[in-house]
Amino acid sequence: MTQYEAVIGIECHVELKTKSKMFCACPNRFGGEPNAHVCPVCLALPGALPVANEEAILQVIRAGLAFGAEIPAFSKFDRKNYFYPDMPKDYQISQYDMPLAQGGVVRYWLDDGTTKECRLTRIHLEEDTGKSTHAGSGDGRIAHSSYSLVDFNRAGVPLMECVSEPDIRSAEEAVGFLDALKRTFVQLGVSDVKMEEGSLRCDANVSIRPVGSKDLGTKAEIKNMNSFRSVSRAIESEIARQIAVVAAGGRVVQETRGWDELAGTTHSMRSKEEAHDYRYFPDPDLVPIEVDRTVVERLRSLMADLPIARFERYRGSYGLGVAQATQLVDTPQLAEYFDSCVGAGGGGQQAANFVLGDLSRLANETQTPVWESSVAPQDLAELIGLVQSKTINSKIAKDLLLRMWNGGGSPKALVEHEGLAQTSDPGSVERFVDEVLAAHPKVVADYKAGKTNVMGFLVGQVMKQSRGKANPALAGELLAQKLG
Amino acid sequence: MSSDNIDIRYVAKLARIELTDDEVERFGRQLGDLLEHVKTLHDLDTAAVPATAQVVESRNVARADAVGRCLEHETVMQMAPQRQGAFFRVPRIISEES
Amino acid sequence: MSEAMELSAAEIARRVNAGEVSAREVTDAALAQIDAVDDRLGAYLTRLHDLARVSAGRVDARIKAGEHLPLAGVPVAVKDNMCLAGTRTTCGSKMLEGWVAPYTATAVARLLDAGAVPVGKANMDEFAMGSSCENSALGKTCNPYDLGRVPGGSSGGSAAAVAAYEAAIGMGSDTGGSIREPAAFCNLVGFKPTYGRVSRYGLIAFASSLDQIGPLARSVEDAALAYDVMAGKDPMDSTSVDRPVEPAATALRSDLRGVRVGIVKQFGTQGLGPEIDSLYRRAYLDLEKLGATLVDVELPTAEYGLATYYLIAPAECSSNLARFDGVRYGLRVDGEDVGRMYERTRAEGFGPEVKRRILIGTYALSSGYYDAYYVKAQKARTMFGADFKRAFERCDLIASPAASSPAFAFDAKSDPYSMYMMDYYTIPISLAGLPALSVPCGYVLPEGSSRPMPMGLQLAAPLFGEAQLLAAANAYECATQHARQRRPEGAL
Ligand SMILES: [Zn+2]
Repeated sequence: MTQYEAVIGIECHVELKTKSKMFCACPNRFGGEPNAHVCPVCLALPGALPVANEEAILQVIRAGLAFGAEIPAFSKFDRKNYFYPDMPKDYQISQYDMPLAQGGVVRYWLDDGTTKECRLTRIHLEEDTGKSTHAGSGDGRIAHSSYSLVDFNRAGVPLMECVSEPDIRSAEEAVGFLDALKRTFVQLGVSDVKMEEGSLRCDANVSIRPVGSKDLGTKAEIKNMNSFRSVSRAIESEIARQIAVVAAGGRVVQETRGWDELAGTTHSMRSKEEAHDYRYFPDPDLVPIEVDRTVVERLRSLMADLPIARFERYRGSYGLGVAQATQLVDTPQLAEYFDSCVGAGGGGQQAANFVLGDLSRLANETQTPVWESSVAPQDLAELIGLVQSKTINSKIAKDLLLRMWNGGGSPKALVEHEGLAQTSDPGSVERFVDEVLAAHPKVVADYKAGKTNVMGFLVGQVMKQSRGKANPALAGELLAQKLG
Repeated sequence: MSSDNIDIRYVAKLARIELTDDEVERFGRQLGDLLEHVKTLHDLDTAAVPATAQVVESRNVARADAVGRCLEHETVMQMAPQRQGAFFRVPRIISEES
Repeated sequence: MSEAMELSAAEIARRVNAGEVSAREVTDAALAQIDAVDDRLGAYLTRLHDLARVSAGRVDARIKAGEHLPLAGVPVAVKDNMCLAGTRTTCGSKMLEGWVAPYTATAVARLLDAGAVPVGKANMDEFAMGSSCENSALGKTCNPYDLGRVPGGSSGGSAAAVAAYEAAIGMGSDTGGSIREPAAFCNLVGFKPTYGRVSRYGLIAFASSLDQIGPLARSVEDAALAYDVMAGKDPMDSTSVDRPVEPAATALRSDLRGVRVGIVKQFGTQGLGPEIDSLYRRAYLDLEKLGATLVDVELPTAEYGLATYYLIAPAECSSNLARFDGVRYGLRVDGEDVGRMYERTRAEGFGPEVKRRILIGTYALSSGYYDAYYVKAQKARTMFGADFKRAFERCDLIASPAASSPAFAFDAKSDPYSMYMMDYYTIPISLAGLPALSVPCGYVLPEGSSRPMPMGLQLAAPLFGEAQLLAAANAYECATQHARQRRPEGAL
C-alpha cells in the first residue's frame, strides 16, 4: 500500500498591538459599544484619507528580522478590491508585490525536543475588517441568516499577514510552527496572538503525496479554525480525508474547506458567486516606504534573545527538560527572570526548579507575577548558593523563599540574622540526637526489633528539635551509629 | 494590446452595478469606442519606461502611533441607511468570504 | 445687486479688516444676490444662510478682537464634493443626496479659518466627472454669460456663482481640467496648483493621483490670495507635499520681462477655427508685448493624453467609488441579499457617466487587462512628465488654450467622447501634476448666437512654480483686462 505524507503551508493573520489603528488615530481596542471607535477614515466616509501608522510598519519589520527575513529597501501599499459589508472602503489596503519582509525561516521544536524549520514566503502589512454578526437564523451561521449586523470598531486595525512555504508535514508540526510564531510575536510585543480572541487567525493549505515524491499534490485550503487544537484536529482530519479519497481511486479537488468543530470534519465551502478578481493596484492615497538600512540595523541589534535560541540554550547549556525549557520560553518575562538569576550565579537546573516550582506556586497563590515579586533574581541566586554550599537545607530554603516573597530581603542576611545556618557540628547535632532517642524509647525499641523504617521519623524529630538547622544527613548518620 | 471586446456584464458584476439590457448595449458600445481610442497607446514605445503611480515623489509619510478623537457614536449611526441598536444592519450575506 | 458684491475678494478683506464694513453686511449682500439670481442660475445645490451668518458673526468678533484675517468676510462658494461639517455634501449625486458631512475638508477649514464665509455648496458634475455640469443628478447650472449654455465642469457651480457675483471666491477641484475649463467658460481665473500642494482630505475622491483643489476668482490676485491660504502640508493627507509655500499674492508682477513662454507645437489652434485661432495668436502676441520671449516647444505625447487619462482616472475612480455601497451612509436600495442590495443601490445612485467610468476603470484593472491598459497608461504618464521636463528646459511657462471651444449649449455634446475632447489641453498638464491656470483672453461668437462668449488662456508652470505662474498671469490680466469688457447677462 502506498504511504502518503502531508504537505502543509500556513497563512496567518496577526493583529498588531499598536495604540491606534493602521491608517487613523482611532484606538486599537476591543469591546465596548459597537461602532464607537470609528472616524471618517476607518468608516470610509467620503473624502477621508489614510495615513500609515509608523509603529505598525516597524513592528512588521521587527517580526521579519526575528525570522531572518529580508527587509527590501522599497515597499508600498496596494488596494485589494472586493465588496464585503464589513470592509468599509470595499477595498482593503494591503501589500501585493512589495511586502515589508520577504523570506526568512521559522525554527521551532516539537514536544520531544527535536527542532524543525519552515521557510517563510513573506510578511506583509494590511488592515483588518469590521465584524459581522449573522442574525435571524438562531444558530449564528451565515448560511441560514436572514440579515447581518456590522460593527466597525475592528475595521482598520493593523494586521500582519505571514505566509509560509509548504514545509510542514504534520498537524503536530503545524502547531509547533504556530507556537513558534506566537512565542516570537509575544516576546517582540507586537501582538497578543490569541487565536480564541481572533488576534491570530490562520488558514492551512493541505495536500498529500506519496512518500518520496517531490511533486506537490492538489491542495485544499482549510478555514474556520479557532484554536491551536482545532488547527491540529482539522489538519489531521483533512489528511485522512484526502488519503481516503485517493485510496478510493478519486482525486482531491482544489477548494476551500471549512472546519466544523462539532462534527470534527472539514466540509466544502460554497463556491463563490463569481471568480475573484481583486484588481490590485498601488494605493494612490499612500506614498511608498523606503526602509532606511540604518533603521533595519538598529532594529536588528535590538532584537532580544529569541525563543528558539533561548530554548536551545536552556536545553544545551543547563540541560533543562523540554517541558521546563518550553515553560520558561513561553513567558518571556519569566525567562528573563530566570536568565538574570542564572547570570547572578544561580545554577540552571536549580533556578528552573525554583522559578517553575515554588515561585510559580507563590505567584499563583498571590496573583503576583514572579518578575514583579519582591524576590529579586539576584536574591534567588543567593538562596541557591546557600543551598549548594549546604549552608541551609532545602526545607529552610523553602521557608526563606516564602519570607523573601513577603518582603524579607536578602536570604544571606536572613540566615545570619536569625541563625538559620545548617548545623554540621557533630557535637551539637549529637545533643539533639540524644534528646530524641531519650524522648522516644518505644520507637527505639521498634527499630531494634527490625522496623528500620522508623529512621525517617527519628531524623524528622532531630530536625524539629533543632528547628530545622541540623544537617539531616549527619543526623541520620549519628542516629544509625547510636542505634547500631 | 488586447483586442477583446469588453464583457460588460462581467465587469458590471465586479463593479457591483446592476445594468438594464439597454445599458448593457449602450455602455458596451460607448466603452468599445473609448477602448478603440485608448488602444492608440499601443503606438507608444514604453518598453524602457518605468510606471508612474504618483507624480510627486514623496516617501515614508507616516503618523506617530497616537490615539485621537473618534466620531460620536450617534453621529455615526444617524448616517446608517438601516440600523439595529448600535449596529449597521445589512441584508443577508451569501458569500462565505470574510 | 449690492455694491459690495462687485468688490474683489482682496478689497472685501481689506475693508472688513479695516472695520469699514462688517463681514455680516458682506454676507447679507451675498445671500441677497443668491436669492435674487440663483433660482434661474442654479449655481448652488445648498444655500447656507444660517451657517454663513453665524460664520460672519464669528469673523466680525475676531476682527473686533484685533485679528487680521487674509480673507475676512469673503463670501465663498464651496464645490459640493468638499466636506463641510453639518452641511449636506452631495457630490452632485443621488447617492449622497441627503448626506450631511460630520467633518470639514482641510482646504475648506483653512479658508474659513482665514475669515472666508461659506455661502453655499455649489453644483458640479456628479463625482466631478464631466465638463459641463450637465452630469449633476441634482440640478442644472447655467452659464451667467448665456443662460442657454453650460457653465463648464465639473466645478461649474462654483464658476457660475463667482461669475454671477454670488460669491467672491469659488472652491473648485480639478482632475483633468475641472477648474480651468469652467473658469474659461465663465470668464474667470481658475487655478489648479501642483498636485499635492493643497490637501485632499475631505475632498470626495474621483481620481486620487490627479485630484487637486484650487480657487476660481474674478482676478488673479483673488485666486492668489485664496491659494496662499489653502496651500500647505496637511498631516491628514499623505500625498500633500511638505515643502514651503512661496506666497503668491504679494509677488504678482505687471510685466513679463525675461520670461520665456513655450508654445506647444502639438497644441496648435488652427483646428479650432479661424476666429479662435486668431484669438489665441493675439493672446500670445500680448504676452510678447509684455516682455516675454515666445519659444516653440514639443510635447510629442500630447495626442495620447486622453487615452492615458481615460484609463488612469477611471481605474482609480472604480476603486474610490466602491465605498458607496448602501451599508454605512447614503442611498440604499434594498435587495434580498447584500449583493443585490449593492447592485441596486449603485444602479440607482450613480448616473450614466459615473457608471461608464467605473466600468471602464474596473475593466482596465481586471485580470488579464491590467498590464495592457493600466500599467501601459502609467508608463505613458511617465513620458508626459519627461516631455514637460524637457519642454521646461527651454521655457518658464507654457501657454495654450484652456478649452477647445467656448461654452456650448445644453445637450450639445451627447456623445461622451466629444465631451472628453473638451479637456484636450488641460489633461496632459494634469497627468504631469503641473500647476496651471486659465485666465480670460477675450470672446468669440459661437455659431448661431449673438452673445459673445469668453475664452480662457491656459498657462502652466513646472512643478511647484505656482508663484511665478500667478505673477505672470497677473501681468497678462492687468495689461489686457479681458474680463472687464463684458458683464454677465443683464438680468444677473
Ligand atoms: Zn478611525
